[in-house]
Amino acid sequence: MLDILTLGFLATLLGAAWRLATPLIFASIGEVISERAGVLNIGLEGTMLMGAFCGFAASFATGSIPLGLAAGIAAGMAFGLIFAFFTITVKANQIVVGAAINLLGLGLTAFLFRTYYVSTGRGVDIARPVRIPWLSDLPFFGEALFRQNLIVYSTVLVTVLAVILLYRSSFGLTLRAVGDHPKAVDVAGRSVAAYRYGAVLIGTGLAGLGGAFLTLGHSNQFVEGITSGRGFIALAVVVFARWSPVGAFFVSLLFGLFYALQLQLQAQPMLNIPYQAFQALPYLMTIVALIVVGGKSAAPRKLGTPYDER
Amino acid sequence: MSERPFLRMDNIHKSFGEIIVSAGVTLEVEEGEIHSLLGENGAGKSVLMSILCGILSPNSGQIIYKGRPLNIGSPREAIRHRIGMVHQHFMLVPNLTVAENYVLGQGSPLRLIHDMEKVHARIRELSDRYGLGVRPDAVIEDLSVGEQQRVEILKVLYHGTDLLILDEPTAVLTPQETDRLLDLMRGLVKDGKTVIFISHKLDEVMRVSDRISVMRDCRVVHTTRVADTDPRELARLMVGRDVLMELPRAPADPGDVVLSVEGLSCRNDLGLPALRDIGLQVRRGEIVGVAGVSGNGQTELALAIAGLLPIDSGRLALNGRDITGLSPAEINARAFAHIPEDRHKMGILMPLSLAENAILERYDQPPFAARGMLQRRRIAAHTRDLIARFRIKTPDEEERIANLSGGNQQKLVVARELARDPDFILVSQLTRGIDIGAIEFILQEMLKQRDAGRAILLISTELEELFAICDRILVMFHGQILGEVPADRSRLEEVGLLMAGQKAGHVAQEA
Repeated sequence: MLDILTLGFLATLLGAAWRLATPLIFASIGEVISERAGVLNIGLEGTMLMGAFCGFAASFATGSIPLGLAAGIAAGMAFGLIFAFFTITVKANQIVVGAAINLLGLGLTAFLFRTYYVSTGRGVDIARPVRIPWLSDLPFFGEALFRQNLIVYSTVLVTVLAVILLYRSSFGLTLRAVGDHPKAVDVAGRSVAAYRYGAVLIGTGLAGLGGAFLTLGHSNQFVEGITSGRGFIALAVVVFARWSPVGAFFVSLLFGLFYALQLQLQAQPMLNIPYQAFQALPYLMTIVALIVVGGKSAAPRKLGTPYDER
Repeated sequence: MSERPFLRMDNIHKSFGEIIVSAGVTLEVEEGEIHSLLGENGAGKSVLMSILCGILSPNSGQIIYKGRPLNIGSPREAIRHRIGMVHQHFMLVPNLTVAENYVLGQGSPLRLIHDMEKVHARIRELSDRYGLGVRPDAVIEDLSVGEQQRVEILKVLYHGTDLLILDEPTAVLTPQETDRLLDLMRGLVKDGKTVIFISHKLDEVMRVSDRISVMRDCRVVHTTRVADTDPRELARLMVGRDVLMELPRAPADPGDVVLSVEGLSCRNDLGLPALRDIGLQVRRGEIVGVAGVSGNGQTELALAIAGLLPIDSGRLALNGRDITGLSPAEINARAFAHIPEDRHKMGILMPLSLAENAILERYDQPPFAARGMLQRRRIAAHTRDLIARFRIKTPDEEERIANLSGGNQQKLVVARELARDPDFILVSQLTRGIDIGAIEFILQEMLKQRDAGRAILLISTELEELFAICDRILVMFHGQILGEVPADRSRLEEVGLLMAGQKAGHVAQEA
């Protein structure tokens, strides 16, 4: 019998949704910060792959998950520095550099993985679930939602910090101005380039963290192309969320729900639909979301435009 | 020259590659004066002030401010020395509030924003003191251009300033708003501040200045007390020769209606109503002007008439035949000429040659094309003819049009449109961004066209241009035609009130 509509199914689904949304939450909130400063980084996919690989490699060598996560963030930021140098200092086209970053990430991680790790066949330990007292004792949902690992919980913290940074700090105010009217910031005596570097590094650091979650909090192995388009979906999430961090959190959850649904439906023997159809769900959802939201009315006015002092 | 001037900019040179934008400028400003920088577009006024504010670094030269050399090339240094500038293009972030714009870039970036109430209170206090009517919690993009300018001025005052620079502040204002601004400038000087006022409008400069420096070709050519000069001398200094302020013209002799517009309504590109029930007629042998502060529907009016903007309702007719809903090409083919508002976007193609630009609308028609091939020799001959008739300064017809000055580019657009022998000429911002010599030539050409029996609609934000050649002036406000005034300079006040949205009638008319 189909047990799709039971409460247990629903609770499992939601728990899985949050877990599967985690890399998207990190990457899309990072991209919100970057885009708010006017830098469109389509190199998220490659950056996340780098984070996933370096996180895996560091954890493999040291056996430490925190060190792995730190390595993932650092790898993301290293890619961010390359991206920022070419787009902000050299003022190259952001789309072209982003595409190059994606190809570099894909090729470099595949090469390094095949060279050093593919023959070992070993995985790493992944972060263990932590029960939250009281909350995890709630019926149905408690068990499913509040038995996640710490990385999943930290998405809430990251969202709150992003809101404070963007809307409550002087840095965030200037950063938002940089994306809308960079000249005004220049005239106020602040360096547009410095703020854009900062935004890109925060953004790519979070993307690296999102990637590292895939190898350290989700599966215990690195696989070539493990991000499977999540970097691109994160870009769609930002548009759907209208460049708001809180929006990015919830839209990511929605996409996570589709990933989870896809997995759960594949496991239903009663449904006579090819599993590929379910696998396509999150990507289909991305296209639908972009069509529904469309427009650019909420986009920062100078998104994708290098700043020229003249 | 005084012993110890308040501000002295000494032999300032600046170039971008081979383009010189400041050719050894020397300027002295005394404390507590309103010092006007007068000059045509491109004379180097804004560049000089951007250097003073540290936004541009000069190649050489030095600045002495309050007796000490200023470390140039850093905006923060200028802010620290209480030098503030209101830029022609506002430095306000559109999606932030007034108060947020004021605290932008202030203090440590890591500070949390919490004491906004104090900021609001100070803005209100300053706004009341100078009567500016600025609301601290208003979002910039909801404000009108005039309001945004007051927000900009108050921003400079909020940060504390001894030297206030205003770059072409009156370009976006109605005559009444301009009066208020000039009063404010006098008030600021009374408060002990020094004002540098950049303008190319002689009357304003004469009214408000203590001293005037005239700039031409990226140099200061003359500095004088306002009492020692007159508008004619200033105009001569600006252009380097005498200017005809009044063009001689005969009274109009209007004939049949050529263009008729009835009940025209349409929306702008954001989907908001831009034109509401516009009705107007232009007759053979007259020039009808459309005045208004920019952004009141003039752009949409021109686009709608030219068939470039879909209309919601209304009817357009040319020579008695309905042209509503026709394509721009079909309208052009009915003896319709269009000199557009922004020549770089719509009038010419910058990478192409003069000759190619001269046949833009007719490249596929005889005699310029035959059997699908361009007839190079005919095109060249045609272009040389236009160059000679309109005295366009260019090496030859193969020159890239991007290498010509704005005035010569506009002359080519005018020449091309008139060469099609039109019955009706739609003109927007005819003289924007071009030198006075070219302005005069083009305005005279328009009068010749009128006398030859053509119908002309001239849409412009420059009242000077409208009064110089129009026979009657319609004033637009919020997408409507608010009134019609004969193009007589004594009716300037009336036009100004209509531009501000006030119906005239009770206005006392001067003889």
